[in-house]
Amino acid sequence: MANHTIANNVYVPFLEQKGFLSWFLTTDHKRIGILYLISISLFFLIAGILALLMRFELMTPMSDFVSPHTYNVLFTLHGSLMVFFFIVPGLAASFGNFLIPLMIGAPDVAFPKLNLASYWIYLVGTIITLYALLSPADTGWTFYTPYSATTDTDVVMITFGVFVLGFSSILTGMNFIVTIHKMRAPGMTWHRLPLFIWASYATAVLQLLATPVVGITLLMLIAERSLGVGFFDPAKGGDPVLFQNFFWFYSHPAVYIMIIPAMGVISEIIPVFSRKPIFGYKAIAYSSLGIAFISFLVWAHHMFTSGISEVAATIFSFLTFLVAIPTAIKVFNWIATLYKGSIELHSAMLYALGFVFLFTIGGLTGVFLGALAADIHLHDTYFVVAHMHYVMIGGTVMGFFGALHFWYPKWFGKMFNESVAKLSWFLIFVGFNVTFFPQFFLGIQGMPRRYATYPEEFESLMALSTYGSWILGLGVLIMTVNLIKGLYSTEKAPQNPYGSLSLEWQVPSPPPTLNFEEIPTVTDWTYGYGKKKEVDA
Amino acid sequence: MTWIPEAASNLAGKVDGVILVITLISIFFFVLISAVLIYFAVKYRRRRDDEETPYITGSEPLEIIWTVIPSILLILLFVYGFVVYKEMRTPPKDAVDITVTGKQWLWTFDYYNGKKTLNELYVRQNRPVRMIMRADDVLHSFFIPQFRVKQDILPGRYTQLWFTPTKVGTYDLFCAEYCGTGHSQMLAKVIVLSPEAYDIWEKGIGVDEGANVASLPPAELGAKIYKEKGCNACHSIDGSVVIGPSFKGLYGKTGVFEDGSSYTADENYIMKSILEPQEEIVEGFQPVMPSFKGILSDDEVTAVIAYIKTLK
Repeated sequence: MANHTIANNVYVPFLEQKGFLSWFLTTDHKRIGILYLISISLFFLIAGILALLMRFELMTPMSDFVSPHTYNVLFTLHGSLMVFFFIVPGLAASFGNFLIPLMIGAPDVAFPKLNLASYWIYLVGTIITLYALLSPADTGWTFYTPYSATTDTDVVMITFGVFVLGFSSILTGMNFIVTIHKMRAPGMTWHRLPLFIWASYATAVLQLLATPVVGITLLMLIAERSLGVGFFDPAKGGDPVLFQNFFWFYSHPAVYIMIIPAMGVISEIIPVFSRKPIFGYKAIAYSSLGIAFISFLVWAHHMFTSGISEVAATIFSFLTFLVAIPTAIKVFNWIATLYKGSIELHSAMLYALGFVFLFTIGGLTGVFLGALAADIHLHDTYFVVAHMHYVMIGGTVMGFFGALHFWYPKWFGKMFNESVAKLSWFLIFVGFNVTFFPQFFLGIQGMPRRYATYPEEFESLMALSTYGSWILGLGVLIMTVNLIKGLYSTEKAPQNPYGSLSLEWQVPSPPPTLNFEEIPTVTDWTYGYGKKKEVDA
Repeated sequence: MTWIPEAASNLAGKVDGVILVITLISIFFFVLISAVLIYFAVKYRRRRDDEETPYITGSEPLEIIWTVIPSILLILLFVYGFVVYKEMRTPPKDAVDITVTGKQWLWTFDYYNGKKTLNELYVRQNRPVRMIMRADDVLHSFFIPQFRVKQDILPGRYTQLWFTPTKVGTYDLFCAEYCGTGHSQMLAKVIVLSPEAYDIWEKGIGVDEGANVASLPPAELGAKIYKEKGCNACHSIDGSVVIGPSFKGLYGKTGVFEDGSSYTADENYIMKSILEPQEEIVEGFQPVMPSFKGILSDDEVTAVIAYIKTLK
């Protein structure tokens, strides 16, 4: 599909240069991708350990392991770190950085220095937040007022950290949009682009347009706490529901900032391991944009019980149902891609199929929460906790792990142990379901979320969920060790182990610093697998 | 334990209808999707490395089918959810009003007939009742799982909901919106009485009916308050520790606060503990006690102190 040559005598892998400054001052998108990958993975592990501590406390109804206040701090930190430091930058910043230039046939992103600056900003936000952990807030990751305006804990520091972080997200989004518009190789038309690029594009638009709103909101909260300006506290003439409107105006699109890149990953993995063209390319590509657009118009479905008017609730419920349609279209197309394929259940493929399975549950349970009457009962219960984790872990994290296993040989030029990878996938898949499926029933039963203690009738399901968290934790531990161990293996990864047609696989593993010896000319789309009939599209 | 809690209000069955229909449709699509997924993964698994695969890039009829069918179903579900929601949000004209106040971390209920209760909501079976709700401090949420009703309550604004309890019994009322350290202890009981029992309760003597309580000796009044205002939920009178310190032998006792300073449990200590419980926390306990400022009068605080003095 692509015409290019690699002269072996000049090939220098991008990982070759060593030393602190070669990383700290790098403008290579692949290295910046690694910096993000390490940072977000660390936050994922830290916030995951916090989750295990929470589940351990919840094994019994009373507070016996940690005090209620400590429990409240734990869920605040778990949520804030997972959302703002792991899953929002997540795939977009790590794999987005690594893959976008390689996939579109460019030597780097449009603004390499700005890309490094974005990472530095991320780092500053991180340092501020780590400092904030010295006196952690207890507001929940949603920082709802007036509690966040009145609690004695330090809310200002952590929200300021998140505020700074937002700029990293905005600049990265802007950088990717320009890159995808201006840096595509000759012949790489919009309809030949890999679907990961379409997903990254939709994500970048969301980052650019939605993130400023959360920045402003958090700044208003900080002004309210430190200067006594009454935006949200009714005691000062403010409106607490206003905060929720602002907050979800960002945080709902943010859900799609988290999930759309994972959808892009799945659209890459499934065709390669089925040796089939992706089914319904345009439907998947445009549904990403459709989801991104509608996602701006559904924020108040987090607020059906908050005291908004019945008319507003009805409109937002209707719009929420609309967002289910492009999501369903994607799922059907992924499955249709498998039809008459030659399917290899590589660990990356297992994560992709796991994604489809779990994300389907996450999506269907979202329908319950979109339906007004059902949401009244289920809102703020464990049903929401379960739904949210099915989308975020079952969706995004499965996509993230799939991406790790899929592009690992390309990125690091090494191989991990495939059998251990399959075993850890199995533990993660089973552990995840044992942890979160019982929570749907807890929620229907009426168990409210964010409870440090709970009535005894919920104990058996709560304990089951805790046991599941141990299996899940073990799976993630084995996976992490396996991937780290792989870095030290002597087995060199081939250039294209799965026979992918995408451009990143047509360069050596790991890629050279400038990606392509010569900018490739693209003559076909990325998914030309299978035996073509003589008349080509 | 059934999969959904007992349906104990007129709205519960209707909400369950919505949940049930969505559940059935979800199970149908989930089974369909997983079955096809697994079937394809098994049937088309790679047997040889040089297998040929067909070049299929999509199908417009299929795209239309799986766009249109879910769209129709989703719109129907939206309408169903909306119709029930509309009823949940429209109180009948004959509903009686109860004013609900939520504060960190207790519930007070003021009835149309001048009665006042704390952490116990009394309602009459088969009579519609409307809750007019307000928060004193931060957000809370009024949630009764068996009635399938929930509504956030806010400071500085009234919100409302209504229901008709259909079954005599006692049900849990949860605070469903995170409100700080004592959030998971912000619980109340909903007591549904038969019309006859409700009439007796209504005619009964409430603690706040000044004429009757004024004649009680302080320690007896204190004992009454201890039970009626819910002190007994956290403070025992037999020396055992429930959530807060026991009242037995409390008066005159010395101890240490969290910050290391020591105290003697005299009248001022007890008064401060009741009115400003967050100010100083006794070592080994959690700061979860709500303030009773504005709930207990000065005389009532004095009465509780007198009662504690009798518990040697």
